[in-house]
Amino acid sequence: MLSRIISRGVSFAALAVTLAAQEQPVAFTGAKIIPIHGAPITNGILLVQHGKIVAVGDAATVRLSSEVQIIDATGKTIMPGLVDSHSHIGGGGGGDGSSPIQPDTRVLDSIDVRSSSFQKAQAGGITTVNVMPGSGHLISGQTLYLKLRDGRVIDDLLIRQPDGTIAGGLKMANGTNSQKGKNGFPGTRAKSASLVREQYIKAQEYQAKIDRANGDPEKMPSRDLALEELAEVLAGKRIVQHHTHRHDDIITVLRLAKEFGFKVALHHISDGWKVAPEIAAAGVACSVIVIDSPGGKIEARDADFKTAAVLAKAGVTVGFHTDDGVTDSRLFLRSAALGVRAGLDRETALAAVTINNAKIIGLEDRVGSLEVGKDADFIVLSGDPLSVYTQIEQTWVEGAKVFDRSDPQDHLYAVGGPGAGDPRRVYLCCFGDSFDHAQGEDL
Amino acid sequence: MKKLLLSLLAITAALFVRANEAAMPLAIHGDIVYTMDGAPIKDGLVLVRDGKITFVGPADGRVYTADHRVLRAAVVTPGLIDAHATVGLSGILNQTQDQDMLDKSAAMQPELRAIDAYNARDPLVAYVRSFGVTTVNTGHAPGSLISGQTMVVKTHGRTADEDVIKPSAMIAASLGANSTTSDEDKAPGTRSKAVALLRSELLKAQDYARKLALADETKRPSRDLRLEALLRALDGSQPLLVTAHRQQDILSAIRIAQEFKLAIILDGCADAHLVLAEIKASGFPVILHPTMARSSGDQENLSVETAAQLRAAGIPFALQSGFESYVPKTRVVLFEAGLAAAHGLSFTEALATITTDAAQLLRIADRTGSLTVGKDADLALYDGDPFEYTTHCTQTIIDGTLFPGESYE
Repeated sequence: MLSRIISRGVSFAALAVTLAAQEQPVAFTGAKIIPIHGAPITNGILLVQHGKIVAVGDAATVRLSSEVQIIDATGKTIMPGLVDSHSHIGGGGGGDGSSPIQPDTRVLDSIDVRSSSFQKAQAGGITTVNVMPGSGHLISGQTLYLKLRDGRVIDDLLIRQPDGTIAGGLKMANGTNSQKGKNGFPGTRAKSASLVREQYIKAQEYQAKIDRANGDPEKMPSRDLALEELAEVLAGKRIVQHHTHRHDDIITVLRLAKEFGFKVALHHISDGWKVAPEIAAAGVACSVIVIDSPGGKIEARDADFKTAAVLAKAGVTVGFHTDDGVTDSRLFLRSAALGVRAGLDRETALAAVTINNAKIIGLEDRVGSLEVGKDADFIVLSGDPLSVYTQIEQTWVEGAKVFDRSDPQDHLYAVGGPGAGDPRRVYLCCFGDSFDHAQGEDL
Repeated sequence: MKKLLLSLLAITAALFVRANEAAMPLAIHGDIVYTMDGAPIKDGLVLVRDGKITFVGPADGRVYTADHRVLRAAVVTPGLIDAHATVGLSGILNQTQDQDMLDKSAAMQPELRAIDAYNARDPLVAYVRSFGVTTVNTGHAPGSLISGQTMVVKTHGRTADEDVIKPSAMIAASLGANSTTSDEDKAPGTRSKAVALLRSELLKAQDYARKLALADETKRPSRDLRLEALLRALDGSQPLLVTAHRQQDILSAIRIAQEFKLAIILDGCADAHLVLAEIKASGFPVILHPTMARSSGDQENLSVETAAQLRAAGIPFALQSGFESYVPKTRVVLFEAGLAAAHGLSFTEALATITTDAAQLLRIADRTGSLTVGKDADLALYDGDPFEYTTHCTQTIIDGTLFPGESYE
């Protein structure tokens, strides 16, 4: 397997984190802890050190040595940092208008890490995020799974897989967004699927050549960045994060995923509630968008707050996403709460913004729940996470506090005001022909 | 023939049912009733007959006749009022054929009437109704210098003519990026140009008024729908709703209003927190941007705490669902008020922004906005705190007619 990105030993990102994280163990006491993994703990203790969770449990069972720094969180609620499985913070993009299939493009190469959308996401309690290119292509490029550490450059936020590669998925889309009918873009749904099949078959053949070469440089095919990427998907090293709305488009994704055997998660899925048994049978996870009203385009006419509830009842692993700036990262918990409004149970709703999203991006061993050994990513809330009146007071990433509502600058990012905006951000203009898919804003 | 008779019969039956439902007297019990006309009433009762409220008070000991249909809810509020929307004009599908909130063929078209475009049966009208919204000020959207008129309409979902309260409520104007970022050549290219065009048009309207008043009938001008509409703004009978987000645009709106002695309503006002004193001194009310509006473009400085700041400054204001060219195709003003309640407004203050305060601002407080004997029987029923994310609207009542609340079956 050709590896695109070779780890250069300990990355700068990892080094920075190590330095930032507490050497001294820190314990949060007195809070209600919602670990996601297991039942809520009324009077819990969360103990963190070196950016990891050292202990979590009832106050009566967790022993604290004398060297532990105590932070009294009495009356607060602590839960894992939120995982957003689909966002466009930083305003990055993938492919341009030259062709519908551009798996060689990386959102990595386009993100503005100084955008205030990062601070706002921290204010919303988001600690891990899948930043995606837009949905105007069948394959618009490589996505990026980030930790919302305080960073100066994008490298500070990267997540490394155990083999040293940069963690991320592949963005795909079907339905109307990519049906542009020019520049090789499809004009119909059947053509969309056909173009995708053609590419994956090429990738299979490309991989077969590499396998046959068996390390002999003379027999190796020339490197092809696009096919290399698709081959990674076929090898299960990269999850396809697939935009899809209409019921038949959803089924088409399942059909293609089965034919080529790639791992996929379905995103948005306005019609998901209509085909819940089929999605469940395929064992495919879903990331649901919650918009205040249905519509905005024909495919989303039947979008409904109930989608997550129906899918969860059918046995589907369900997450939510912000699609920021389609919805605001600072209101991410609201999506879970509106899911409950429409019949989702509270436990699944909270899992849907934490561990289920971690599963959707394949990082469930590291983030998404408060468990010993996992990253010390958590948020401190003033009350019930699903109440409109609750405020996120603190956000911690790998043992470092990245948001504190009592800090005036952080408060500004949390509520808005002069200086909180992002003047460089292109206004969401996804209307008619003026929709600029390359800007990454999508739905 | 038989088919025709049958369908006639069905229509008659449907009409009868509807008329009958509206006619049926209602007894609505609430664990708590927020009348917005006096203190909340625990274990309260609202009686309704012939589409009007006939009693509001404690349920204790109050006897009503057996013909009342009895409804119960944890929380009862007045039907909600959305002070500025585009629902019914910006349809759910967002396709050319259902988008009637903006015509960009000219920069200023105050003659465009909302009632000629409002689709009472767009699914989003029923959608907002299912959350308790019973009245909307809807019409032409921000997006050109003067985009057209708005109307105030109940959300029955019948026809514009049956549901309307005020066929022409306001004239919608925009300053800032909303008036300058058009593809059309005719749109102003700068802020200064926009203001110059607006002033010129108002001068034309003044001149038109002068000529209309000429003693010699033969010297009077022919009718001009555009100037006629602006005359109503000039004589104060119809407010100019000026969408302005940047502080300089808010101040421009106030400057023009003072020059022409216009009654304006400041709309949007993302930068309101920067010019609170000036807004307060102007005496003009505000219809504030949706609390959850996106902080980008002209609205980059918006704050979720602005509602509380307006309240503290004593500036009259209401909340709105506003306009989005993409999604959400409509916002739900209940949610916008809820977030304001979580950021500095008290529960009652937040509820007022979508009931009594909105009614005052739309000049319909004599008919709706509070639970007061003699007013229209517009109510919303909830199974908990209406602002909580996990609460449901269980029933909406308009003019005594029952409509379903939210459903997630």
